Amino acid sequence: MSAAAPVVELKQITKRFPGIVANDSISLTLKKGEIHALLGENGAGKSTLMNIVFGLYQPDEGSIEVDGKPVIIDNPNKAIELGIGMVHQHFKLVEPFTVTENIVLGMEPKKGLKIDYKSAAEKVRKLSEQYGLQVNPNAKIHDISVGMQQRVEIMKTLYRGADILIFDEPTAVLTPQEITELMAIMKRLVAEGKSIILITHKLKEIMHISDRVTIIRRGKVIDTVNTSETNPNELAEKMVGRGVTFKVDKQAPHVGAPVLKLNNVSSKSKDGVAVLNGLSFEVKAGEILGIAGVDGNGQSELIQAITGLRKIDSGSITMSGQEIANLSPRKITEMNVSHIPEDRHKHGLVLDFTVSENMVLETYYKRPYNQNGFLKKDIINEHARRLVEQFDVRTPSIENNARSLSGGNQQKAIIAREIDKNPTLLIAAQPTRGLDVGAIEFVQKQLIEQRNLGKAVLLISFELDEIMNVSDRIAVIYEGQIVGEVFPQDTNDQELGLMMAGSLKRGGNAGA
Amino acid sequence: MHKLKKIFATDSYIVPLVAILMGFLVGAIVMLVGGYDPVAAYSALFKRVFGSPYDFGEAVREMTPLMLTGLAVAFAFRSGMFNIGADGQVIIGMTAATIVGIKLAALPSFLLVPLAVIAAGLCGGLWAGIAGYLKAKRGINEVITTIMLNWIALFLANFIVRTFLLLPGQNRSEDIPASMSMTFLNSMFDNARLHWGTAIALAAAVFFYVYLWKTKQGYEMRAVGLNPHAAEYAGMNVGRNVVKAMFISGVFAGLAGAGEVLGVFHFQSVFAASPGYGFDGIAVALLGLTHPFGVILAAILYGTLTYGSAGMSFGADVPPELIRIVIGSIIFFIAAQGIVRWVLKPFYLKRKKEKVL
Repeated sequence: MSAAAPVVELKQITKRFPGIVANDSISLTLKKGEIHALLGENGAGKSTLMNIVFGLYQPDEGSIEVDGKPVIIDNPNKAIELGIGMVHQHFKLVEPFTVTENIVLGMEPKKGLKIDYKSAAEKVRKLSEQYGLQVNPNAKIHDISVGMQQRVEIMKTLYRGADILIFDEPTAVLTPQEITELMAIMKRLVAEGKSIILITHKLKEIMHISDRVTIIRRGKVIDTVNTSETNPNELAEKMVGRGVTFKVDKQAPHVGAPVLKLNNVSSKSKDGVAVLNGLSFEVKAGEILGIAGVDGNGQSELIQAITGLRKIDSGSITMSGQEIANLSPRKITEMNVSHIPEDRHKHGLVLDFTVSENMVLETYYKRPYNQNGFLKKDIINEHARRLVEQFDVRTPSIENNARSLSGGNQQKAIIAREIDKNPTLLIAAQPTRGLDVGAIEFVQKQLIEQRNLGKAVLLISFELDEIMNVSDRIAVIYEGQIVGEVFPQDTNDQELGLMMAGSLKRGGNAGA
Repeated sequence: MHKLKKIFATDSYIVPLVAILMGFLVGAIVMLVGGYDPVAAYSALFKRVFGSPYDFGEAVREMTPLMLTGLAVAFAFRSGMFNIGADGQVIIGMTAATIVGIKLAALPSFLLVPLAVIAAGLCGGLWAGIAGYLKAKRGINEVITTIMLNWIALFLANFIVRTFLLLPGQNRSEDIPASMSMTFLNSMFDNARLHWGTAIALAAAVFFYVYLWKTKQGYEMRAVGLNPHAAEYAGMNVGRNVVKAMFISGVFAGLAGAGEVLGVFHFQSVFAASPGYGFDGIAVALLGLTHPFGVILAAILYGTLTYGSAGMSFGADVPPELIRIVIGSIIFFIAAQGIVRWVLKPFYLKRKKEKVL
């Protein structure tokens, strides 16, 4: 593989933005037929670099060579001409259009004045077969799964004749099964002679699929290594710049009285499907209860039911002995329930509010922030300044919109706000989704610290590693029921996997 | 909708100013193509507005309802809604003021006038509140309901005027004894129809600003407008805020109606068609970038152009409809900020080489 010729060579690329050097003399060589991973924390400069390769930015210094010839890529069309295609993290698809319509968009084959969809669909079908993508050319985008939509994005680049594919965080939105399938597709692509740059901060995937890894930290190349000669610990250390422990450090829990109790909770969706189906469990003070399960088995609905965002049809939910089922979200918050929501953009933040305004999203109406109906800006700002400092939220100022923060810092802001309310129960739904290793470590430490302070913590996560490492006790959810309760030290991935798939029940009040 | 919000909620001031200039430029080009002299036309326009105290006063009169309907649309917009129904709310406000003004005429005027104004605001607010309620409780898009309510308001008002308030033999109500006219300014402005509605409009803009950005309720309303999901998560009552925002929006529009009947006409006509205040209000709100002070400035511009356009036809023989092209272009350029930025790009580059537009 190392004998292969370079298809893309970046030489000493430097890109400055006002006040920051995003890329500092970065050199990178992509060889033909390899999967080259680009690893770095959020904000390390990976995306800037790839946007330069794709022609969205111009480098201030340095040069790019494609197939040994120096090129200037001043817009994406030029990049496409050179055979470079990008699969964006956030898909750029027209939802009501079909797969074929999306793929040919911008370069439709014409037959007279009409667009020749027939031959386009045929071409799409051929591409799909060649690379084993199994995409139905006539399906509408909003009818197909996220994983399929991503394949459409891949097809778009292939249709345009790309030989070099850039994948920007491709697995962030996928389920574990879809990730496995994507890996297979990527292998197929390189087997067919394509070359791939994979941007990611997930070490597992890198170890699994890439041939070489280039690690970037704060805009500089730290190292380029062969994947076969490295290990996750070394990669993480290079990425973050210090040692990272994957095993979470924690003492045995001091479990207290039950705080949150769910008994036989049932709830139906709008179309009458039971999404919570007689679900029971309890969370005690001083412990972290992890809810494991495959996405879509009632996790979101469970959180909504506890936090008052969803009505339940039967059963009871109590906080420290008091019934809270079907109370308003505000009443429940006021019973010292804090909630780190699974979708931080949809629920956790008002993105166009300032950081400062977001820090009082649930407490703005209380003293001292609100006095006689008027908000005290000075006090709110002071509060925000303190939280930003205490939780190391990186923002130019508290007057910046939450939108301008990186994902990790947005999450830190939410965690700061929720923990600062000094909750009795802390609900953390997917708290580390989309975060890099450093931020994940921070979030998990915070959860454990809360538990050490005697709070009840309810952790909902699709990441089995996280559940195993952080929880003191694990409940497995399947089709709206708790099908098993185990202690992490007594179980393993296989057993949990079987329970998550619904083929094994164990312990607790399974099937109650 | 979200995109619209993003376009019109930016706080950059350079772009609207350039957009206005470009709008005038487009108007000038059209005039040149049509064989008119744009310099003469524009000078006639401004001469008309600023030429005499009477005309200046009348121009202010023209601006006043635009300020209030502009504020109405902008306020709903900031709370995440598109109030197309300011027109109907103006009509309802007018009718309420007319009813109170005529039927309670026995009251002394220091009671009667405030009462009529309050009735106008309240009824305009309740009228808009219907759309808010339907959205909050039934999820019906407010664009559709407010448009429907416009028609209902128009014919309801005509019915009321014809049935209860008609001046026999005429197509209008009896004269309203309650008056908001600023008669003490008559000598200064040559009997131009200035009225207290202008002061109310300016006060409304200040209220808008303070309420939305300084109070607890305004914080809620902005949160609901920007992200209703997060607002719900944070324990805010989204439905109540929707109704409240529509109510306040309707109050602004209703007050515009009071100013027109109590300050300008002193009677209410049977309308043959929609009077159009509310639709101009949409343009003014967008022109003012949905900021209260921007809306006031936009109403001043819009009123100046509309009132001055009559001068164009007298002074320069240019059809007054041409001013609609200018107004339309200005709104177009504000909406299509990309074009303005493209025009500005060389200036920006000179100033700051690093800055990415």
